[in-house]
Amino acid sequence: MAKLKSVGELETLRKSITGKRDPKKAVITVCNGTGCHAHGCKAVTVAFQDEVKKQKLQNTVDIRATGCHGFCERGPLVVIKPKDIFYQRVRVKDVPEILTETIGKGNVIERMLYTDRASGKKITCEHDVPFYKLQKRLVFGNNGLIDPTSIDDYLAVDGYAALAKALKMTPAAIIDEVKKAGLRGRGGGGFPTGNKWESTRQAKGKTKYVICNADEGDPGAYMDRSLVEGNPHSFLEGMIIGAYAIGANQGYIYIRNEYPLAVRHVHIAIEQAEASGLLGKNILGSGFNFDIKIQRGGGAFICGESTALMASLEGRVGEPRAKYIHTSDQGLWGQPTNLNNVETWANVPLIINNGADWYRQIGTANSKGTKIFSLVGNITNTGLVEVPMGITLREIIYDLGGGIPKGRKFKAVQTGGPSGGVIPESLLDLPVDFDELDKVGSMMGSGGMIVMDDKTCMVNIASYFVSFLEGESCGKCVPCREGLRQMKHILTGITEGRGKKGDIELLEELSATLVDASLCALGQQAPNPVLSTIKHFRDEYEAHINNKKCPAGVCNLEAVKVK
Amino acid sequence: MVKLTINGRKITAEEGTTILYAARDNNIYIPTLCENEAVAPYGACRLCLVEIKTAKGRERLVTSCIYLVEEGLTVQTDTERIQRIRKMLLEFLLARCPESDVIKDLAKKVGVTKTRFVKQKGNNSCILCANCARTCEEVVGVAAISLARRGVERELTTPFNEDFSEVCIGCGSCAYSCPTGAISMEDKRGTRRIKWPHNKMEFKLKKCSVCGQYWAPEKQIEYIAKTSGTPLSDYDACPDCRE
Repeated sequence: MAKLKSVGELETLRKSITGKRDPKKAVITVCNGTGCHAHGCKAVTVAFQDEVKKQKLQNTVDIRATGCHGFCERGPLVVIKPKDIFYQRVRVKDVPEILTETIGKGNVIERMLYTDRASGKKITCEHDVPFYKLQKRLVFGNNGLIDPTSIDDYLAVDGYAALAKALKMTPAAIIDEVKKAGLRGRGGGGFPTGNKWESTRQAKGKTKYVICNADEGDPGAYMDRSLVEGNPHSFLEGMIIGAYAIGANQGYIYIRNEYPLAVRHVHIAIEQAEASGLLGKNILGSGFNFDIKIQRGGGAFICGESTALMASLEGRVGEPRAKYIHTSDQGLWGQPTNLNNVETWANVPLIINNGADWYRQIGTANSKGTKIFSLVGNITNTGLVEVPMGITLREIIYDLGGGIPKGRKFKAVQTGGPSGGVIPESLLDLPVDFDELDKVGSMMGSGGMIVMDDKTCMVNIASYFVSFLEGESCGKCVPCREGLRQMKHILTGITEGRGKKGDIELLEELSATLVDASLCALGQQAPNPVLSTIKHFRDEYEAHINNKKCPAGVCNLEAVKVK
Repeated sequence: MVKLTINGRKITAEEGTTILYAARDNNIYIPTLCENEAVAPYGACRLCLVEIKTAKGRERLVTSCIYLVEEGLTVQTDTERIQRIRKMLLEFLLARCPESDVIKDLAKKVGVTKTRFVKQKGNNSCILCANCARTCEEVVGVAAISLARRGVERELTTPFNEDFSEVCIGCGSCAYSCPTGAISMEDKRGTRRIKWPHNKMEFKLKKCSVCGQYWAPEKQIEYIAKTSGTPLSDYDACPDCRE
């Protein structure tokens, strides 16, 4: 592809791409996200491609392997555009029938349609399925429309229009727009993005860096993975805009090596953007230069923490440092550095394209926009959902998530990953935003939501998360390393029948020290699962300790009794 | 100079000084284990936590070994909250190193005589403060030892966990900088033995050509000659016998 030298050339290219596409021509989109891969979407995609050739339907229909659609539970997912016919759990053997019946004759195949649980009715269109209907898919919406390895597909859905617009704005105006929009960091901290950009822009230093944190590590969370796999140009565009606003000419993407598809797609996207003149020297003839390098993480959870991530990027051991001097002043190699996560960067083009006033309408007073959550655990509709901030937990779990499977009862939901807390049924009407979750002892985190039914033991859950964090603590500071070791020991003792009077109080005391004294957020937030389960399910702890009974029937407390 | 208040006392300190050093200069005691003037601040033991209130009124806990003094800062080094934290930290360390006299003494100083936590075995007296590894890298410039693994599995070790570090010159700075005596060094019959918690190494000592005393490891002398660009023959005699 020839390098684009101006915004005009970009728009001409866009017109030529869209001009070649017939909006009435059928497109079969097959979800090729990681969830659907596990359901066998690759074979389904290949079968479609082969069958189209066999039936000589090349002029009638296009096959597109897209990013993750989000409804992982029902994969492999197939959506036929422009009619939006939604087929789920599609198998290779269904492929010829879809082409002859639906594409050839226009008939809908009932068997593959989604059945609404509440009404028992079959639903034909994707946008009528409750799982999608109640979402607001602003960041995630294009995932299902585009082939993530095709920059043309991204350009066809107005990709890089925000960059073109931003390059005509002053950096200060861009920062003002992001500030006004009220965008807060989606990686867990919830820090106002515009303020962070401003601090980095104003910091002293000739060389500045921007970093995309794609080191998503919370158990059960995979929204960033799906964005990188499914729409890599969206967050690249955000990064380029951010770099321009901040005054950085070098960017880094720190990405989990355990996400092979994401790593591949972001590599392809960067190559395409470079070849098109959207990255590199003199971007779109603006005089602005910006390059992005990819750094693959080595599998440490702690490297999602900004200072540890930067240490790792520099080639040192990934350990955090005190942040009395902010990374916006002295970050990577001691230079002013701005770090945001994938989802945050992906929100930027939306704000620039539609304006801060539009963005501000979505969400709550202090949490604007949407948030992608991964809905996992004991939930009927496992998958990724993008919802406006302020939606209640009940709506997410019951209306979108379809409630608890196997007729069981809801017990709690863990938000915010291993460092978050559990939220009991009495708080299900809580509006989900940064501040409300903090108030009840949990947090937004990166957006993981692990739903638990009444067969879940809350002491066991606390023990699980503490074990995870104990294994992932870097071990630098005493409270986190030694405190988590002792916390795990006490919790394991309780679940194995060795709990004794005073254990709960000791756990509380220990937690307070971790919160106060730990060096970084991993240790400071590590007690959340323990404190929240004690707060809401103290009786379960007491049953284990006093009566040697696990009310949920999960823990084996017999070992000690036999002795 | 910067004016600040520590425990109600108005003091002045040079700009760029840490709260810890400003306190020390004024005879205000703050316990530490991982702090060592020779190396960059690290902030791992957390014993030097203090409560601060900035001139703007922001209150928080900070490690005094890292946080720099600033105009109008109010510092409290011994509040109830701080005492509670220090006690718990020392209970953790007592569980980690039950035999360490340094830890036992420091614990006693803050009012802790026993730990409620399960005691560990085999840690020697190592609290993983990394003073040794940091001194080796930052002061000596060698990096012969390092901390390996993460979290509760973290340990001080030589490369590949073998009883041999090719680059170690046997200078013993690690032993000098260890706050708990977890590293020992002994010179006996022309050999220096350095024992780390999980590894050990021996070094041949050089004999002085004049007095006949063993005075330094041969590898260290080679290192000094090399880094200073002086001939090895300059070091035939010990410093006392040298002209």
